Amino acid sequence: MNLEPTYATHFFVTGDPMIYAADVSILLVSAAIVFVLTYFKKWGWLWREWLTTVDHKKIGIMYMIAALLMLFRGGVDALLMRTQLALPNMHFLQPEHYNQIFTTHGTLMILFMAMPFIFAMMNIAVPLQIGARDVAFPYLNAVSFWLFFFGALLFNLSFVIGGSPDAGWTSYPPLAEVPFSPGPGENFYLLGLQISGIGSIATGINFFVTILKMRAPGMTLMRMPLFCWSVLATTILIIFAFPVLTVALALLLIDRIAGAHFFSIFDGGNPMMYVNLFWMWGHPEVYIVVLPAFGIFSEVVATFSRKRIFGYASMVASMMAIAIISYFTWVHHFFTMGAGPGVNSFFAVSTMIIAIPTGVKVFNWLMTMYRGRIRMTVPMLWTVGFIPNFAIGGASGVMLSVAPADYQYHNSYFLIAHFHQVLIGGTVFGMLAGMYYWWPKMFGFMLDERLGRWAFWWFNAGFYVCFLPQYVLGFMGMTRRIYVYPAHMGWTEWNFISTLGAFMMGVGFLLLVADILYSIRHGERDVTGDIWDGRTLEWSLPSPAPHYNFARIPVVTARDAWWAMKEARKRGEALPDARPLAPIHMPKNSGLPFLLSLSFFVAGFGLVFNWYMLAVAGFLGVGLCLLLRSFAEDKAYFIPVEEIARTEAALGRV
Amino acid sequence: MALHPSSAPHGGKRPFPWSHMVGFILSIVLTVAALWAVLARALHPGPLTTFILVLGVLQIVVQLFFFMHITESEGPPWHAWMLMLGFVFVVAIVAGSIWIMSFGTEAY
Repeated sequence: MNLEPTYATHFFVTGDPMIYAADVSILLVSAAIVFVLTYFKKWGWLWREWLTTVDHKKIGIMYMIAALLMLFRGGVDALLMRTQLALPNMHFLQPEHYNQIFTTHGTLMILFMAMPFIFAMMNIAVPLQIGARDVAFPYLNAVSFWLFFFGALLFNLSFVIGGSPDAGWTSYPPLAEVPFSPGPGENFYLLGLQISGIGSIATGINFFVTILKMRAPGMTLMRMPLFCWSVLATTILIIFAFPVLTVALALLLIDRIAGAHFFSIFDGGNPMMYVNLFWMWGHPEVYIVVLPAFGIFSEVVATFSRKRIFGYASMVASMMAIAIISYFTWVHHFFTMGAGPGVNSFFAVSTMIIAIPTGVKVFNWLMTMYRGRIRMTVPMLWTVGFIPNFAIGGASGVMLSVAPADYQYHNSYFLIAHFHQVLIGGTVFGMLAGMYYWWPKMFGFMLDERLGRWAFWWFNAGFYVCFLPQYVLGFMGMTRRIYVYPAHMGWTEWNFISTLGAFMMGVGFLLLVADILYSIRHGERDVTGDIWDGRTLEWSLPSPAPHYNFARIPVVTARDAWWAMKEARKRGEALPDARPLAPIHMPKNSGLPFLLSLSFFVAGFGLVFNWYMLAVAGFLGVGLCLLLRSFAEDKAYFIPVEEIARTEAALGRV
Repeated sequence: MALHPSSAPHGGKRPFPWSHMVGFILSIVLTVAALWAVLARALHPGPLTTFILVLGVLQIVVQLFFFMHITESEGPPWHAWMLMLGFVFVVAIVAGSIWIMSFGTEAY
């Protein structure tokens, strides 16, 4: 196998006018960024304030920007696919190009949009909610972000260099093995996911330790905001599920670049073992991305109903139950493998069981709203929009869990409609609710409510127009991943409606971007730090919070700690905090996470093209960065009391 | 910022890390033994699998005791809970995979 790209035609993707257009736009945007940074002399600022930061709030913002960019690219991919499928026998996309686009769309949306978006919300909110000054391992947090960033960059590069992967986002062998996917595309997929996967595991460990070890005095586990509980459940899943993906991808990579036969039919391999391992991660993964959304909905619904959450303990119990049970349902992704009635029955029942704790949560949200003083802000709109959406998605999920019926639904558009309904209706709605909710805490100004409402309604209505017809198409026998269909199938009308819905969602996204751009100039400034009349500790801080978060670590006496403090103040019982300020121990910024991840990127790029010298150079860089950090002594500093007093006074907090 | 005072640079000389050396050597010995057993086909396939699994379990024990500070803890023993959960999941992965991948056989 010779992947040595002797000629530029093997290296750069050529022949497709759309990709040439993309090449040109990438060059223009890159040139524009370099020009702006140079013209306004911002390179030093970029390095000092962002590329080397270990501040969880800034890392969260960077995750969020990355997630929105990936949502854009994944969304454009979706629109290209829907355009191709709008009418029978379309010649908009070539078949290979269509394969590459659905592979890219799936991989991007799950791993490079949903994952960074939940990491964004975790970084932004968790330390503030538990009364901590940063995460447990701030340096590791920066490493995680940059590994994610360079993993995503490597994956995205395949689009213009070498060719995109085209074996589906699940990358099943034997299709993903060298004989059927000879180009570098699958290598991009495997290495991009491995590099960002290291970061994901590290984030899981980091937030698990943060939540267990760094809570403010008095904040017992059962006084934690539900978002923190949801993150705790998610981190447990990350810690135990992601290593399985790492192993599966590593074995496939060894098959591809070292000629092993773990998953080839011949020579003793078994491709179904990859499927088994992939979903052992893949099923917990969908709960990894949806549990934090559940946490956000719980925060939003309590705040905007002016009530404490209904059934707190049952919320905690159901999230923990979901975290454990989700580890025992993975076979429902491949009932049709034919593993016998015993196996299929067990996993069908476990899949039905997991719907129960999820149902409990939906009733708790509804009961929280019951007789509450509801304010229909944009975060609340996304939350209320989520409930019917997720109920339909959950119901179709229970339909799919019936193993014999699944033989009909399997890989049809019914399945496509189901998982988009739970992933968009759950995760995307949740992350957008969280973005609107915490935006003033991140940036000190609100997103415009009027534009936000328009964005919500376009996106929400577009969602139903796009995906409800796909349930029908599934029943009519349309299977996923087909790029063209004949005219006489009766699918045309439904497909056309679905495409219209997809473009409505596109309009919704553009309105969201317009909202952000408009609000940067005209958004209402948050001068109180508590613009929503919130209940949890992040709203006790100025917006945006100073980089050390809390001048004095708060002492927590109740659930909904900030609400209890405000109530005590209203009753005149609260005494001003008389504790003297003390110097604050903070981690120093470091460029090593960026350089370490850049080295991983170089190594990964070398392995993609089997350029082993480049790979070795990259790994040497990785080793060097690890060594430098091991011997670093000067890793932290103290903020003197005078500086804290000055900052707090400037924020009007003394 | 959870930098405990103890994570500041230590002064003075520390004793030679004997336990790390012992753990390091043991982990290498276990790895080489597994490789040798497979390359030399020292046993029949069935017993060989069992032998490698036993070596793997021993490796876990070595890692936990010599490198992962399992006996050191402040506050509630969270790591014990996580280890138990990990054990449950590992059993699910290994036993589940064997059950699922020997598919079809139960029908006959």
